[in-house]
Amino acid sequence: MAEINKELVKYIATLARLEFDEDELDDFTEKFRRILEYVEQLKELKVDEIEPTYHINVNYTSMREDEINQSLEISEVLKNAPDKKDNFFRVPRVVE
Amino acid sequence: MSFEAVIGLEVHAQLLTKSKIFCGCSTQFGSSPNSQTCPVCLGMPGVLPVLNKKVVEYAIMLGLATNCTINRNSYFARKNYFYPDLPKGYQISQYELPICSDGYIMIKTKEGEKRIGITRIHMEEDAGKLIHEGAHSLVDLNRTGTPLLEIVSEPDMRTPEEAVSYLKELRQILLYLGICDGNMEEGSFRCDANVSVRRKGDTKFGTKTELKNINSFRFIQKALEYEIERQIDIIESGGKIIQETRLFDSSKGITISMRSKEEAHDYRYFPEPDLMPIFVDEVHIKKIKESLPELPYEKRQRFKDQYNIPEYDIEILTNERDISDFFEKCVSLYNNPKTLSNFFMTEIMKELNERKCGILETKLTPGNVVEIFKLLDEDKINYNGAKTILPKIIETGKSPSVLIEEMGLVQISDTSALESIVMDVLRNNKKELKEYLSGKDKLFAFFVGQVMKRTSGKANPKILQDLLKEKLSKISIDEVDNL
Repeated sequence: MAEINKELVKYIATLARLEFDEDELDDFTEKFRRILEYVEQLKELKVDEIEPTYHINVNYTSMREDEINQSLEISEVLKNAPDKKDNFFRVPRVVE
Repeated sequence: MSFEAVIGLEVHAQLLTKSKIFCGCSTQFGSSPNSQTCPVCLGMPGVLPVLNKKVVEYAIMLGLATNCTINRNSYFARKNYFYPDLPKGYQISQYELPICSDGYIMIKTKEGEKRIGITRIHMEEDAGKLIHEGAHSLVDLNRTGTPLLEIVSEPDMRTPEEAVSYLKELRQILLYLGICDGNMEEGSFRCDANVSVRRKGDTKFGTKTELKNINSFRFIQKALEYEIERQIDIIESGGKIIQETRLFDSSKGITISMRSKEEAHDYRYFPEPDLMPIFVDEVHIKKIKESLPELPYEKRQRFKDQYNIPEYDIEILTNERDISDFFEKCVSLYNNPKTLSNFFMTEIMKELNERKCGILETKLTPGNVVEIFKLLDEDKINYNGAKTILPKIIETGKSPSVLIEEMGLVQISDTSALESIVMDVLRNNKKELKEYLSGKDKLFAFFVGQVMKRTSGKANPKILQDLLKEKLSKISIDEVDNL
């Protein structure tokens, strides 16, 4: 098991675009460790001959025909956008 | 010490489906921003993706055409990253167990054919488009959810030429299958290249860099050439290659390190809970296999066996399906593949290139092309005449026999008509005539040229030559002044 330390928790928070203060980070580090230790018990099982379970549902996916459905009206599309320009969503610049 | 490059390519091919991969929005290119979006591709909470059947079918088609194993079971996975071109915060892709794996295609290299492995082909959704403008980026999500096949090669290529050859072959297969339009400028055929260098003889790979989204064959060649040289320079001066993504700046011909606010490439893939596994049965695969069109490499082989024309001609003729179909229709009407192929190579392709258009966009028909050859065979026109009417047929669609009348190109095969012109030419060029008669044989071509000029190229070359030979043999040098 990878060592769960504050750095790792910070890294995961960055990936998830979340910010925590020091106390929260300590708290999460401890909780993460406990959760993973618990899950670690699974390693005691012998699973060499069992196919990996990618999905708990045994059905296969249903598919649709390649047909066009009506898209949303542009006013509906942009209705919840905090910022827009012409018919674009507008966000803070993402490349330097 | 000499180096060699190790190149692997990732190609993203947009599929020619009418609707998106997980929703019914149109995939039409060039529509007004965000007009082809719905709650599914906008990533609204609570929506569920439903897989487009055609996408699976197209993936299997490409898999079969590239000698892949088609996996009976495959799965979708979430690739997680935050970027405004993908509103869900993840891209639905395939990770472990893609739909196709372990294939190969054969490419042409200077040393002959070479086998390039295909690691995998998987299905995924495309992201939206961003336009950067001052302090903002503008987001258009029309492209979000357009179906893509990602084709990942083995690192089997050693030179930029091999990389380009691989891409051309792969693109041609996609075009022949009719599942992708192959348009590199509009981004429906995109390429990322992984490249590293190592000392010749080494078996371990060097550190690689990734070159992103290069949108023409020429740029791929240039970007790779530059990047390989850059890496060799660094190693030779004792430096180390940093694993990074680089962009090709086509105006300067260099690659530059790409800096983006998405710093962490940690996609945390996990199985997509919203989609069940994909199952493809044997019968379905067999059906698709039987319906596959003739593929580029199969067509090239057949042309070789059937028509006995040069390799280079085959290359050009089979490059586009429209051209090869047209050519074969011509051959079925006029069974002389070599002559036809020559005419395609020297005349028709030239006209098409000048007009920058496909053969079906012109008014040329196999019937018209074949008629040209019948007129040639009947000595109604000479080759020059054929060349002259071709552009007119392309533009007007008029029949060659009508055009040669209209344009006054009917060949002069009448000996008496030619005879007076020949005599006239000889009389008017006494200096050359004397030189010829005193042994300067080369001037024969000069007289032919003069007659052709007088007849606007309409003289039957064979009759003219015979006639001219005959006349010249009868004149002695003393007679010249009194001709």
